[in-house]
Amino acid sequence: MGNNLLAQRGRLGRCAAISMAVLLVTACGSAASPSGGAVTLHALFMKQAAYSEQDVKTMTDAFTAANPNVTVIPEFVAYDSLHDKIVTDQVGGSGQYDIVLMDAIWPAEFAQAGIVTDITSKIPAEFKSGVFESAWTAANYQGKTYGVPWINDSKFFFFNKKMLADAGITTPPKTWDDVVAAAKAIKAKGLVKFPLVGSWKQAEAVICDWTQLAAAFGATDFVDAQGNALFNTDGGLKALQFMKQLLDDGLMNPASLGFGEDDVNATMSAGSAAMALNWTYGDAVMNDPKQSKVAGQVDVIGSPGQGSVATSGVNGGMALAVTKGSKHPDEALAYALSIASQKSQELNTTLAFPMWTASFDNPELTKSNPAFWAAAKTQFSGLVARPVVPYYTKLSNALQVAIQEALQGKVSPEEALNGVAAKLPDFQK
Amino acid sequence: MDAPVRARIPRVRTRPWPETWVAAAFIAPAATVIVLVVLVPLARAAWMSLFDIALIRPGDEPFVGLGNYIDQLTSPDFWAAVGRSLFFTVASTTLELMFGLALALLMDQPLRGRWLLRTLIILPWALPTIVNALMWRWIDNAEYGALNALLTQLGLLDDYKVWLSNSDLAMWMVIVADVWKMTPLVAILLLAALQSVDRELVEVAKVDGASAFQAFRRIVLPLVTPVILILLVLRTMEAFKVFDIIWIMTGGGPANATQTIAIYAYQTAFQGYDFGAGAALGYLIALIIMVLAAIYLRLLGRTGRV
Repeated sequence: MGNNLLAQRGRLGRCAAISMAVLLVTACGSAASPSGGAVTLHALFMKQAAYSEQDVKTMTDAFTAANPNVTVIPEFVAYDSLHDKIVTDQVGGSGQYDIVLMDAIWPAEFAQAGIVTDITSKIPAEFKSGVFESAWTAANYQGKTYGVPWINDSKFFFFNKKMLADAGITTPPKTWDDVVAAAKAIKAKGLVKFPLVGSWKQAEAVICDWTQLAAAFGATDFVDAQGNALFNTDGGLKALQFMKQLLDDGLMNPASLGFGEDDVNATMSAGSAAMALNWTYGDAVMNDPKQSKVAGQVDVIGSPGQGSVATSGVNGGMALAVTKGSKHPDEALAYALSIASQKSQELNTTLAFPMWTASFDNPELTKSNPAFWAAAKTQFSGLVARPVVPYYTKLSNALQVAIQEALQGKVSPEEALNGVAAKLPDFQK
Repeated sequence: MDAPVRARIPRVRTRPWPETWVAAAFIAPAATVIVLVVLVPLARAAWMSLFDIALIRPGDEPFVGLGNYIDQLTSPDFWAAVGRSLFFTVASTTLELMFGLALALLMDQPLRGRWLLRTLIILPWALPTIVNALMWRWIDNAEYGALNALLTQLGLLDDYKVWLSNSDLAMWMVIVADVWKMTPLVAILLLAALQSVDRELVEVAKVDGASAFQAFRRIVLPLVTPVILILLVLRTMEAFKVFDIIWIMTGGGPANATQTIAIYAYQTAFQGYDFGAGAALGYLIALIIMVLAAIYLRLLGRTGRV
């Protein structure tokens, strides 16, 4: 959404648009107004990616305007601290949060630990029919719903169109083979030393990039119903071999092994890389003249596919979950439904796409970058989820180390993934 | 002579508290705090280490006896982390003592502007560890770090190096950051030791024909050895349980290349939520440090100063 609608408007127009939307959301939120006396809700969000703190404040103000008896105190922590903060607060701490932001990989663990509430029967019909199926994956476990989908995200393909043009490439890459060809052309021209950059540090970031590539190479599941590993064959293995090859060929910046998503934005913004995968919010950063030397040069499209896979995407959705320890679960759910409503989600689409399918047919929104909205709609229809297992944290930590060992050349990709597969029974104990 | 003196002393009606009681009363507040914040958690951790406690599985905490200890002692991950900690400890402590002694000898010379030199040298130690770690993370950044810029401009490097993303280099980079911060402490303590050495001994040795190096090796070094050994004990114990500087610079990566035993324990307890194993790891770390300290204390004892 590089040339998005809101960015093209003047400040006055933007204020007017947001004010109008706040009024609409206010009206929407009051329909589900909870009853009772003064209530204070503590909500836990993440700092980076998707909606900004200002966006959350705007959404929250709309809810509290419609529900004056409710005060919401939002708190923001870095993504890398979010999981630990939720667990320690709910299981070992004071249990102060009524509502928490839950990543797509946590519902199984949180449901088993009794941290979040089953809200299956309380989901309004319009949410069930209007929200992307993939967004529900971020909230569901074993057929039950534990959260209201709020962030709909996946990794998209960002490219510096000037660099591609300078290298004689006129059509954006559609497959990863095209990406490799483009990267080789850019490197041969000497436009940048490393045409590609990735967020491959020893953190969840590298799992997201690997999953996205694994999906392109045909992976759909990583662990079967009996708990056996699938990630060490086919798509998962091919993805890791591909990542290693990019490094060996000098096409991927080796510093990527220490980079997170913000580092990818910074490298692209400095004009030191031509292509990268990143979440939706990367577009606003890379095309912001205040933060980017190449603002206006970066375009974004759906993630490339490979072979029979037209496009691929890791499910980066997140949901708002009401905690089991909340003293005000009804008000907390009403708050979640309010800020996840279609009107609320359409307030600002510069940092995250709405999770409502109808939003993608709204020309007022899509005219900012119709091609990207269309590509995103296609990508959201077929996202691949990371393993939905209660022991996900242990599995992810082991995979992070194994993938990095393979990328450093300490072990082969097969040995790395087979090593994690051998540990699965321990994780499942 | 005695009788008039006794007559002047007023009789004390109440029996005074025994001296030990008074001492106990003064110590009691501090002792209570220590018991509450040190001994009680220690005892609780010892108890927890005998159970399989997973925070994410509340209410299901079976007794496993020494199972957590056995699991760790038979785990390759544990020994790999111990190996990394020992490497960090030996490398950083050795370098800090070498550079610290060199700096102390320099500061001991009657140089003009010596006060300024001492002030500048102490600055890295005055920085909070977090600030130091963040500063070095920026310096070592592959894309826009000062280290790559400096080395390429000096012609020492052809290409930028990925210092913190390369598993063969990352540990050395955190050692450099630690040495840069802790060398001043070593230097200042050794300077104090050097200044307590009787100069006349050195002068007499020189009059007898000893070179400056011989005088240093035969006279000065033996006299400052007890301080060197004390520094060795302190720095070894500190370095073995290093956490913050590595956590901020690399988070234990890449590919666990900088995962020391303290980081391994933290990840086990607070990221894996395996509190039983985490408590056992805490005791195993304490045990290793106690063994190291016992070896050093024995060495100190041999010097005849302790």
